[in-house]
Formats: sequence, structure tokens, C-alpha cells
Amino acid sequence: MSLLRPLLLDVVPTIQQTAALALGRLANYNDDLAEAVVKGDILPQLLCSLSEQNRFYKKAAAFVLRAVGKHSPQLAQAVVQCGALEMLVICLEDFDPGVKEAASWALGYIARHNSELSQAVVDAGAVPLLVLCIQEPEIALKRIAASTLSDISKHSPELAQTVVDAGAIAHLAQMILNPDAKLKSQVLSALSQIAKHSVDLAELVVEAEIFPVVLTCLKDSDEYVKKNGATLIREIAKHTPELSQLIVNAGGVAAVIDCIGSCKGTVRLPGIMMLGYVAAHSENLSMAVIVSKGIPPLCACLIEEHEDHIKAAAAWALGQVGRHTPEHARAVAVTNVLPTLLAMYMDTRSSEDLQMKTKKALKNILQKCTYLPALEPLLHDAPPNIMKHIVGQFSKVLPHDSKARRLFVTTGGLKKVQEIKAEPGSLLQEYINTINNCYPEEIVR
Amino acid sequence: CLDEDRKIEYKAAVKIQSWFRGCRVRAYLRYLNKMVIFIQKWWRGYRSRRYFRKMVETAYFIMKMNFYNEMAVRIQKRWRGYYVRKYIHNYYALKKYLEAISVNNEIVRNELQEYTKMKENEEKRKDLEKKEKEKKYQARKMHYLLSTEQIAGIYNSPFRKSPDPMELLLRKSKPLSHRQQQMKSPFTSSDWPACKRPLTFSTAQPLPPIGRQKPQGPFRDTAEVLRQRYKPLEPTLRVAASINSPLEKAREEMKREEWRNRIHDNEFLPFSSYHKNEKYDPSIHRSGKYGQETYGVKHFREVQPKKWVADKDFQTVLPSIVLFEKFGKTYSRTGQIV
Repeated sequence: MSLLRPLLLDVVPTIQQTAALALGRLANYNDDLAEAVVKGDILPQLLCSLSEQNRFYKKAAAFVLRAVGKHSPQLAQAVVQCGALEMLVICLEDFDPGVKEAASWALGYIARHNSELSQAVVDAGAVPLLVLCIQEPEIALKRIAASTLSDISKHSPELAQTVVDAGAIAHLAQMILNPDAKLKSQVLSALSQIAKHSVDLAELVVEAEIFPVVLTCLKDSDEYVKKNGATLIREIAKHTPELSQLIVNAGGVAAVIDCIGSCKGTVRLPGIMMLGYVAAHSENLSMAVIVSKGIPPLCACLIEEHEDHIKAAAAWALGQVGRHTPEHARAVAVTNVLPTLLAMYMDTRSSEDLQMKTKKALKNILQKCTYLPALEPLLHDAPPNIMKHIVGQFSKVLPHDSKARRLFVTTGGLKKVQEIKAEPGSLLQEYINTINNCYPEEIVR
Repeated sequence: CLDEDRKIEYKAAVKIQSWFRGCRVRAYLRYLNKMVIFIQKWWRGYRSRRYFRKMVETAYFIMKMNFYNEMAVRIQKRWRGYYVRKYIHNYYALKKYLEAISVNNEIVRNELQEYTKMKENEEKRKDLEKKEKEKKYQARKMHYLLSTEQIAGIYNSPFRKSPDPMELLLRKSKPLSHRQQQMKSPFTSSDWPACKRPLTFSTAQPLPPIGRQKPQGPFRDTAEVLRQRYKPLEPTLRVAASINSPLEKAREEMKREEWRNRIHDNEFLPFSSYHKNEKYDPSIHRSGKYGQETYGVKHFREVQPKKWVADKDFQTVLPSIVLFEKFGKTYSRTGQIV
């Protein structure tokens, strides 16, 4: 490091550039080396004469800043304290697209860590220049600028508002049509980071007329484009019922369901969550989800996936769909997914989160479920806290329906109910008494 | 004894009179009492009849209000049921809405399906085109493998019924010459969004007209005629200048044009520099191992005077080509005219 430092001040420009490049590659490799670069006081020297240098030097210097700033927030803070941000903003105004790309990449890595650093980047006046960079014709520059805007706006609503005020949304929305896959994924991620903070921002994003173009992104061949497209739709759908209604009316639910059906793994997760949010807002929306044939893919996700958090999300989504009215619960129960949920709840290998979500989903669905053939298999294995809901449902339906009563006896349900031991005076005992009262004495014995 | 009789009579008279006065007073009081009772009876009757009337009125009022309330409840019951069923929880509207959603979903799904198919087709087509190009290029390179009259080429074995498709390609393709191979089209479709190459006009010569019969007669050459016809107007300074203060205005115009068009300072380079290639400035990452190589740029032939047998360089015995002797020895340095 002490050898490279004086070379930065050499007379020959090629030596300066090569020295800067060497520093950048060293810092890129390892964060200890990056710390050594910072401690060796190299950054101020690098930046002192940046504005007069040629474009190769600027590129190499931006590369060094990026390499140092990417490892940890403390290093990025050190980079900011050397006054690097003003220099990077000057680089952003340069004509050469390579320099702009290197500068915006460095800014992106710095802004990624936390919101203070993002605020510092915004205060340096980088956002309008980044919006100009997005409009340039080079694809690599567009990609990097979009990813930097995404990193800036992800931390807080004020930062996202700053990005929106610079007029970024219109340009980002135009670039969704671009055929390059990586650019699309960055643009979709930027829009979703903007839309996730508040209802107004989400409405602004929607007003940029992204629907129904976004739905074509869900059919792209690249996995990340699909994932980010589903994330964007999820962030919009989660705020209010009106926004979800808009998405449903545009046919978004069908596209997301197809997307879930065609992917595997974590790519499905935002799509599943989107269905859950849409169904949670109101019963009409969840009926719309059911009508669009949303439940079979959710059940398939629940069964096939190996990761616990995806299963938990699928269970939560099913719970939201089924909890509104008996029709909804029946639609969920018909697909025979309740025993699977119960099995996951009882499985000791499932994580806490999965168990809690399956329990809640089961409770919500069971409290409205009047479809008895689906409830019967659950009688045999359920633990007491679930059992009381199941028996409660039976006690509500059986007194009024004679065919169901006959079926209940023939399938051995009555026998099972007798075997349940309940404390006298508890709710469970009351339910059992109600059921027993429906039948004549001889059968009960 | 007369005194006592008088006293007894006096006393008796007093008694009788007092008793009679008492009777009168009692009768008067009784009378008063009766009158008072009569008045009170009448007043109380009046008061309670009034009260009773009021009670009857309120009871009637309450009865009427109950009746109205009941009727109002009936009306409101019907109205609320109707309203809720028609507007808020309209079952048929909900059904229609859900049907519309399924129809819309079908449309969206179909459109997305078409979109994916279209994309797939495009990709397949691109792949195919690339392969075709590759094959054609290979055929052009290996043109020498074409079969002749005497010797059958490798793709045209005599045992085959018909020649191999490669043979047909070879027959169709033009032989490849080396120089043209480097010229790629300046505009491929994948470059369009990135605009990697700058947009330039094609600088190839315009094609000559298709072989036309020369018109008989003493006509001038068409190229000359066209040149004359489309000669640009070059008005004299006097004509081009304005009427008022022509000289001043003309001078100003010329000055402005000079100032505007003078982009760079080496204005008087001879036209031969038009063909000169720009000096190649290699990037620091791409030059040779220990710096830029000077062979081919600065010198073509290595000269090592220390290894010479005699002290002099080679001398030409016969004069070489005169033109080549002038290489590097002309006096015009800027144009390097050979």
C-alpha cells in the first residue's frame, strides 16, 4: 500500500491510472484489504485532483471507491467522509458513459447499506443525475442507474419520495418494455422499492400505466424478472382494497397464478404473498381469487416446496382466502388441503413460524367451514385446541341436517367423538353434549 | 226565695239561650261545612276530569305513535332488505362480476400465452438465422471443396443419389476474399437498444445504373448533363449580399461562418489526409506485455548496427522501384505523399 500511494501522484497519467486500478482490485478482493486502503489515507489523494483528470483515471477512481464501499457500512461511511460523494457526482456529469457507469455503481454500493448513507448520497445531489443517466442509450448504464435508484429508495418513504420528485417513475415505467432481461429486473425492483412504502407512492406508480404491461414480465423467460414483477404487484396490492381491486380487474390475479404454477423455489414467494394480500382485504376479492382458480396452485406450493418460509406463506395465504364465509371455507376444504395443514402443524420438524401460521390458518378456516366430509379426517389426529373448533362446527351443523347425521354415524365419527375426553363444563363438553342430543340414546351408547 | 227562683229562671234562660245560640252556630257551621264540601267536591271533580282527559289524550297519542312506528318498521324492513340485496350485497352483480373476472382472466391468459409463443418463435428464428449465417460463412470459406467435372468433392460422393446439401451451398456461394471478412454490418438488431455503434451513413459508392441503351445521336454524356443540371448555385458576392450596406453585411456573414465552421485548427491539410487512418491509441489494459510495441508503427525492419559485418547498411545494386524509394524521403511532411 505504501508503494502504490506515491505512484498515484506520478507525472505520467498511465501510471496513475494503473496504480488506481491496482488499488481497486486489491480492495475488491477482501474487506481487510479495503480497510487497509482506507487506513492508508489513500482516498483523499485519489479524490483531490479528480475533476481535471481524464476519463480512464475517473473510471479507475470510481472503481476503487466502489470496491471499498461495498464491504460494510463503516467502510462506506469512511468513503463518504473523505468527500467522495461530490467527486462521484462530478463523475456523473461527465460525457463518457463508462465513467458514469462506474460512478453510479459506486454510489449504488454506498447507498445500499443503510438509510443515513442513502440520505448522504441524496444530499450530494445525485438523484437528478441518475434520472438523466437512465435516459442514456447504453444498456449497461441504464441497468446500473436503475439499480442505484432502487438501492436509494428502499430504505425510507422520504428517500423514495425524493426519487419520485426527480421524475424517475415515468422513465422507469417506459423501460419495462425493453427486451433486455437484467434491465427489466432492475427496473421492476426499483419500482417495487418505491411502491412499498405508502399508499400515495403506490398510487403514483400505478398511475404511470404499468398495468397490463407488467403482466407480460411475469411470462418472461428470466427467473429474476418474474420474481421482481411479482414483488412489484405484491407491494401495490398490499396497501388498500381499491388497489387490489384494480389489479384484479386488470387480470393480474390470473397472471400471478400462472406464474406461480410455472416456477419453482423462492421465485414463487412474492406471488403467493400477493394472493394472500389480495384475499385478505375483502371477501369479494378472495372470491375473485377462488374463481380465478387460485387455490390448486397454492396447495401445490404447500405440498411440493421444501423451504419452511415458502410453506408458511402458502399456509397464510390459504388462511386468508378461506376465512371470510362458509363458501370460501368450503372452496378451500374441497381441495383436501386441511389434513396437510394439520400434518404440518403437528410435525415437530417444522419451524415455529410455520407452526404458528398453519395453526392460525386452520383456526380461521375451521371457524367458517360447514363442509363436513372435509372435517371428518381431521377428527382422528387433531390436538385438543384444534379439536374444539372441529367439534364445534359439527355441533353447529348436525342438529339441522339429518342426512349429515346419518353420514356422521356411518363413517364412525360419532364413535370418535365419544372417545374424546373433555373436562365437564368446558366448551368441548358442551359441543359433545349438543352432538349427543341429536341422536337417540341407544346409538350414543 | 224569689231571688233564688229568679236566679234559677235566669240561669235556665241563659242555658236555653246559650244552647239555642250554640245550635244556631252549629247549624251554621254545618251549613258552611256542607257548602265547602260541595265546592271542593266540584273543584276536585273538575280537576280530575281535566287530568283524565289529558291521560286519555296521551294514551291515544302513544297508541297512535306505536302504530305508526310499527308500520314504519315494516316499511323500513322491506326497504332495507331490498336495498341491501340490490346494491350492497347484490348477489347477481357479484356473480356477474366474478364471471367477468374469469372471462377477463381467460383473455389475459391467452394474451400472455401468445406473447410467450411469440417470444419463443422469435428466439428460435434468431437461432435459426444465426445457424444459417454460420453455415453460409463456412461454405464461403471452404469454397475450394467444390466438386469439379473430373474429381468429385467430398460432399458429392458418387455413391449418393443426390449431392449433399453442403455441396449445393458450396455451389451457390461466392468465394470469400480476405479483406471483406472484417466488415461486419454496422447495425445488428441486438445493438439497437444499446446503440453500441454510432449511426453512420453507408459510405459505399452508389451503384451504377443498370445497362441502358445509349441513346443514338449527338447527345452529351448523362453524367455530365446531370452534373450541370444539379450544379449548386454559386451566386457572386454582389448578388448574394443584401442591398443595404452590402459590403458590411457580407463581411459579417463571412466572419460568422468562419467562426462557426472552424472546428479545429489544422484547416489546411491536403485532401490526401482523408484516407489516413487515425492514430490508434491503445488503452493501457490492452497493449503489449511491457508497453506498446513499436514494430509496424515506427519501423518495419529491425536494424542492429552492432551485428553488421561492415559499417554500412545494405546498398541497392539495381535501382528499386522509383516510387518506393521515395518512402519517408519527401519534403512534404504533413501529407506524407508517397
